[in-house]
Amino acid sequence: MSVAEQTRLVEGKIPQSRPPRRNGRWAGYLHLLGARMLELKREPEVVFWVFVFPLLLAAGLGIAFRNKPADASSVAIVAGAGAQEAQALLRRSPQHDSIKAEELDADAARKGFRLGKFDLMIEPDGAGGLRYLYDPARPESVLARAQVNDALQAAAGRKDVVATTPVTSSEPGSRYIDFLIPGLLGMNLMNSGMWGIGFALVDMRQRKLLKRFVGTPMRRSDFLLALMSSRLVLMIIEIGLLLTLGVIVFHMRVLGSLFAILFLGAMGALCFGGVGLVTASRAQKIESVSGLMNLVMMPMWIFSGVFFSYERFPAVIRPLIKALPLTALNDSLRASILEGTPLIHQWPRLLVMFLWGAISFVLALKWFRWA
Amino acid sequence: MAVAIQCRDLRKTYDGKVEAVRGLNLEIQTGECFGLLGPNGAGKTTTIEILEGLLEPTSGEVSILGHTWRENAREMREWLGISLQETRLSEKLTVRETIELFASFYREPRSSEDVLAELQLTEKADSWVGKLSGGQRQRLAVATALVCNPKILFLDEPTTGLDPQSRRQLWDIVREFQRGGGTVLLTTHYMDEAERLCDRLAIVDQGQVIAEGSPAELIERLGGHHVVEFAVSGRNGNSDGVALEAWRVLPSVESVRENDGMVALNVKEPHLTIPALLEAVGKQGSKLQHLTTRQASLEDVFVRLTGRHLREE
Repeated sequence: MSVAEQTRLVEGKIPQSRPPRRNGRWAGYLHLLGARMLELKREPEVVFWVFVFPLLLAAGLGIAFRNKPADASSVAIVAGAGAQEAQALLRRSPQHDSIKAEELDADAARKGFRLGKFDLMIEPDGAGGLRYLYDPARPESVLARAQVNDALQAAAGRKDVVATTPVTSSEPGSRYIDFLIPGLLGMNLMNSGMWGIGFALVDMRQRKLLKRFVGTPMRRSDFLLALMSSRLVLMIIEIGLLLTLGVIVFHMRVLGSLFAILFLGAMGALCFGGVGLVTASRAQKIESVSGLMNLVMMPMWIFSGVFFSYERFPAVIRPLIKALPLTALNDSLRASILEGTPLIHQWPRLLVMFLWGAISFVLALKWFRWA
Repeated sequence: MAVAIQCRDLRKTYDGKVEAVRGLNLEIQTGECFGLLGPNGAGKTTTIEILEGLLEPTSGEVSILGHTWRENAREMREWLGISLQETRLSEKLTVRETIELFASFYREPRSSEDVLAELQLTEKADSWVGKLSGGQRQRLAVATALVCNPKILFLDEPTTGLDPQSRRQLWDIVREFQRGGGTVLLTTHYMDEAERLCDRLAIVDQGQVIAEGSPAELIERLGGHHVVEFAVSGRNGNSDGVALEAWRVLPSVESVRENDGMVALNVKEPHLTIPALLEAVGKQGSKLQHLTTRQASLEDVFVRLTGRHLREE
């Protein structure tokens, strides 16, 4: 007996139908955003990588690179005629605290210098003069040469012609931790933007959830918008946590307005959301998108001035570095947080982020595969 | 009766090489439960996904309740409930949250509580999807399809991998939906599912419909309602082609084939065939090792049409 032939013999529970409800224009968007936030909240790994990890990193690096007195220069004096005199001069010099000199034979001194135990070798030339042996590629070696030379000349009676007064500065705003925190903020926005969007999309594609969604009247723009919005919510928390850590633990001074910082955070989150979207527009598997993401992010980890200034790279490639979105984000965060530079003066950096975000988004919409 | 789903000369070629669907025609009436039956790789999923508007056909026409995907996709999505062959819903959402999420995409969805009750998921409403059993997950997948109050329900292999009880529960849900006036299109490679659930079905093989009709009609067309299977001792008479044909002369036999080392006869009236069979075996001097008779099934239809079993390893 087929079902069509079956008459309504089944009795019993007649489901009590509740009145149908009408969904408004934004019901889908709000539910997608709500579901995304719930999923993130229930995923302990996400909480760790997005919130806890950057804090640990900042705390660790902040402690490792906390300001401490400069090391004393370590100097080897080659034994021979004149060595004693040089040693005595150094001891009498005003800089004697920051120079540690040792007298030993030529071979031992050379070996120690090669291994980095000594920053400088002093070799008496036998005629009352001294030879400095130093490595111009090693900053501490260059420093030691200048310091030792100053010390010897001053102790031997040289008079300074120009009167100078040294003033030291370890003010908040110029320390390594002040440089580091905005850089970590930028890097964190990049990481979580790329992973938060790219990984989530490929995961849903792999699970055929995207295909299932496309089978409903869901607006595709609502879906992408919800994903981006979830990034903005997380961005606010990320920035809040890291800045609070900086201010409370490291006594950082935040000169820019909170609005400006959040605006930059939003620009960064949306820009990297776009880059994440385009990276994940076709990949079918988590493995392939992971590789792609690292490929995209790697140059920025190195070049964009997260842990050290990009001024160390040759001047020729600096314009390229400045065109990277993370460089623009890091520079603008530093300018806002550390110097209070108004947003309007930062338009070239904002433009860089906008272009990366907008172009990625357009390409992503063109290439995107839902199924 | 109005036509719910129609497709003409449907073709789908992947990457310009693999022809998954090769000129497929279907016409499904409203209120009908229609099944696409065929082995894995026959093109069932490709076909159903084209009908659902998820895949673009290489050529051919599709119309759903008189509308085409090209002109009216947004509106059509409001009427269709879809359950894909394998969707892994978000594990960290609860059952209710998942249904609410899908409900939010439609203009006038049903109340989630009704759908939960109907699919016997009320108890599990606040459990995470990740904690559900296979049968519960499959019911949830169907719930996400039913929450929009669809006119047509598409189910791609809805009971694959489920235990018998879960399968029966799902069949009840499908029947209930049909009783409310809904149209169902499902794919399956289970014979019993097709026979019990479908009003009509199309047997699909290598991207084409090779037979169509109600389960009873298809079995009728096979020529015999009954199958007599036996094995004889002595000779290799069970598989030898010439020897096989020799059994055709027995009274009331419609066709002969070899089946797992046995001879299978499609028979109209077994009470005429069996005495003659016993006599013939006795004359040959061999012995019967096996003799069973049973009702012909769709499996027999399929084997008869293609020479292969539906679920070949």
